[in-house]
Amino acid sequence: MNIKLSAQNLNISFGQKQVLKNINVAFAENEITALIGPSGCGKSTLLRSFNRMHDLSPDAKISGNLKLEDLDLYDKTVPVTEIRKRIGMVFQKANPFPKSIYENIAYGLKINNLPHGIDVIEKALREAFLWEEVKNDLKMPATRLSGGQQQRLCIARAVALRPEVILMDEPCSALDPVSTLKIEELIMHLKKKYTITIVTHNMQQAQRIADKTVFLYLGEVKEEGPTSQIFNNPKEEMTMNYIKGSFG
Amino acid sequence: MRFKTRLSLDIAFKYIFKITGLLVLAALAGILGMLVYNSFSFFMDVRPFDFITGMEWNPTGKNPKYGMLPLIVSTTLVTFGAMLIAIPLGIGTAAFISEYASAKVKNILKPMIEMLAAVPSVVIGFLGIVLVGPGIADLANLPNGLNALNGAVLLAVMALPTIITIAEDAIHAIPKTYKEASYALGATKWETLCKVTIPAAAPGIIAAIMLGVGRAVGETMTVLMATGNAALLPDGMFDSVKTMTATIAIEMGEVPYRTTHYFALYAIATVLFGMTLVANLVGEYFINRFRKYHAA
Repeated sequence: MNIKLSAQNLNISFGQKQVLKNINVAFAENEITALIGPSGCGKSTLLRSFNRMHDLSPDAKISGNLKLEDLDLYDKTVPVTEIRKRIGMVFQKANPFPKSIYENIAYGLKINNLPHGIDVIEKALREAFLWEEVKNDLKMPATRLSGGQQQRLCIARAVALRPEVILMDEPCSALDPVSTLKIEELIMHLKKKYTITIVTHNMQQAQRIADKTVFLYLGEVKEEGPTSQIFNNPKEEMTMNYIKGSFG
Repeated sequence: MRFKTRLSLDIAFKYIFKITGLLVLAALAGILGMLVYNSFSFFMDVRPFDFITGMEWNPTGKNPKYGMLPLIVSTTLVTFGAMLIAIPLGIGTAAFISEYASAKVKNILKPMIEMLAAVPSVVIGFLGIVLVGPGIADLANLPNGLNALNGAVLLAVMALPTIITIAEDAIHAIPKTYKEASYALGATKWETLCKVTIPAAAPGIIAAIMLGVGRAVGETMTVLMATGNAALLPDGMFDSVKTMTATIAIEMGEVPYRTTHYFALYAIATVLFGMTLVANLVGEYFINRFRKYHAA
C-alpha cells in the first residue's frame, strides 16, 4: 500500500492560537480517509494545509513536513499552483463560478494550459455523474443547478484537472439525503482513480464510504485506524463517546 | 403599543415610503416634461433633423444657425476620452485596494480618494487652466492647451473617485468562496482577479462606470473653463470643443427671454437628457446580462 499524502510533526497556529498540535497522519493511495471530530477540532485546518490554502491567511504559522509522495509541499521551489493542480479540493458549500456550466469546468483547464475541448468537459462531467443531466444546458448559468448538482459540478471541476488527491471539506453538509447518497456513490467510484480525504460530521457517511478514519480532538489525533475498527472497536474512550454521540 | 396601533403604523409607513418613491418619479417626469415642453417651441422654428445634424452653431449671427452636431460630438469626444482614462485607472485602483493593498495602505487611500470627490469642479477647472492645459500645450507643441484632451483628463480625475469607490465595493463584495475555488484549481492571484473576481463583480463595476459617465457627461464648470469653447466640429483631441453643458451654461445668462435661441438651449438639454438615458439603459442591459449568472 503506497502512502500518497502525509503529514509529520505538523503544527499550525493562527496568531496566538495553536490549532493543530504535532499531527502525524498518512493517507494511502486509492483509499478514502475520513477525518472526524467535533467542530473546531482542526479537521478542516488539517485538510486545507495539504493544498496550502493557509497561504491566503497572513497570520497562519505552519511547521512540520507535509508530503505528496516524496514532494515536500512547502518547498519554496515548488510553485503552489502546481501543488493545487495535483491536489484538488471540493468545498463545504458548493461554489460554482458565476459562469456557465461549460466555463466552470473549462476555467481550470485553461489556466493550467490543458486542452479544454468539449470531449474533455464531457469526460469530467461523466465522471461526476452529471453529464446526462446537463448535456443540453452547458451554456446555462451554473447557479441555476440544484445544490446537489452544483456540488457534483464542483467535483467535476476538480476531477477535470486529473489531480492525484482530492480533498473534500464536508461536501454533503448542505445537501438533502438523496443528493448526499449520489455524491457518496460518486466518491466511492472516484476512489479507483484518486486518493480521497474527506472531512465529515456525518458518522454514517464515514462508515459508508471511508476505508480509514482519523479522529481528531482539540487539535490532536486521538485515534486512527480502519473505519470498521474505529466505529466498532475504538481503543480510546473519547472516540467511543464521540461516535456514539455523547458529545460533539 | 396595542396591536391595532402597530398595524396602522405599519400601513401608514407603507404609504409614506410609497409617496417618497413616487416623488422621485414625479421629479424626473417634471424635468423631462419641462424640457420637452420648452423644446417644442423651438422645434416650431427649426426642424429637429436640421437641429441634430446641423454643422454650425451660431445662434447670435445675422442669420442664426442652430446646428448642434459640433456640440454633440464635443460632449461625446470629451466623455469618451475621460472614460478611456478613468475606466482602466479606476478598476485598477479598485482592484488594488480590494485585493492587494495592506490594511494600512487601504486606510490611507480610501479617505484620500473620497476627498478627491469633494474638490469643487471650479477648482478642477483652475487645475486645467494653470497645470494640465499648459502641460498638454508644451508636450504637443500647441499655442494653448484648452482643448478636448484637457477636458478629458480633468473629467477623468473627477469621475475617478466615483468609479473607484463603487467598483471597490463591488469587488470587495465577491464571496471568498469564489476566490478559494479558483486558487484551489491552481490559479494565480492575477488569474483569479481577471477571470473570476472582476467578471463576478461586473454588474457593480458597470454601475460604477455608468455613474462615472453620468458625471462626465453632465459636468459643466470644468469643461467650460478648460476646453476653449469653440463651437466647431473638432478633428481630434487637440481641438477646442464646446460641450452641450457648457453651451447652455454660457448662453443661458445672456439670451433674450423666450426667443428661438432661448428655447434652443432647452432643446440641447433634452438631447443631453436622452443621451444619458440611453447610456444608462445600455449599462442596465449589460448589468442584467452578467447578473443572470449569479444565484437568486
